Amino acid sequence: MTELKDECVKPAKGPILPQAETPSAAGEIPQKEVAMMVKVGHEAIDFEAPAYIEGVGFKNVRLSDYKGKWIVLCFYPGDFTFV
Amino acid sequence: MNVEVLAISTDSRFVHKVWQEEELSKMVPGGVPFPMLSDPGGKIGSVYGVYDEAAGVDIRGRFIIDPDFVIRAMEVLTPEVGRNPEELLRQIKAFQHVRATGEVTPSGWQPGQTTLKPGPDLVGKVWTVWKPK
Repeated sequence: MTELKDECVKPAKGPILPQAETPSAAGEIPQKEVAMMVKVGHEAIDFEAPAYIEGVGFKNVRLSDYKGKWIVLCFYPGDFTFV
Repeated sequence: MNVEVLAISTDSRFVHKVWQEEELSKMVPGGVPFPMLSDPGGKIGSVYGVYDEAAGVDIRGRFIIDPDFVIRAMEVLTPEVGRNPEELLRQIKAFQHVRATGEVTPSGWQPGQTTLKPGPDLVGKVWTVWKPK
């Protein structure tokens, strides 16, 4: 995991697709190909995202940093919303 | 249960920090302990089938991933209805039990209840071992 300086904009890789790990590709998903790709019983799609972690601060996190553990990945519509 | 939780929305990491400080820390002592990830543009949500392009947000979706990095379960809801953490916990316990024992868990299984051992001997005989109320 990379330490972030306090910059306003710090891109993370986003989804890291298996075929994008070739030397020529930057590992970022092409803008137009965004069909759902995950399936139960199949490997999760790795990604890198900027994160805030209590007691740690800002950090880029990869899903694969947690490989070997049980993971619950939880999407939600937005901070400060109601439900 | 030894589970890592990762929360992710389209909000920036800065908004996550302020939400934690201003609201979550008043609901959960010390704030939520898990990483709060940022998915600007919904690229990650798109791959996971939860990005709503019209609204520009990731709708509620949760994925249970096992130690081999295989997705075991997913649940995706439209925004009006919240989740049931009890069912999430039940599913994690069931998947962990299955992984540890090779048994399978019938409908509505709770820890401590009867499990099934699949095999030729069980065909047509499930009724003898599993009696739901």
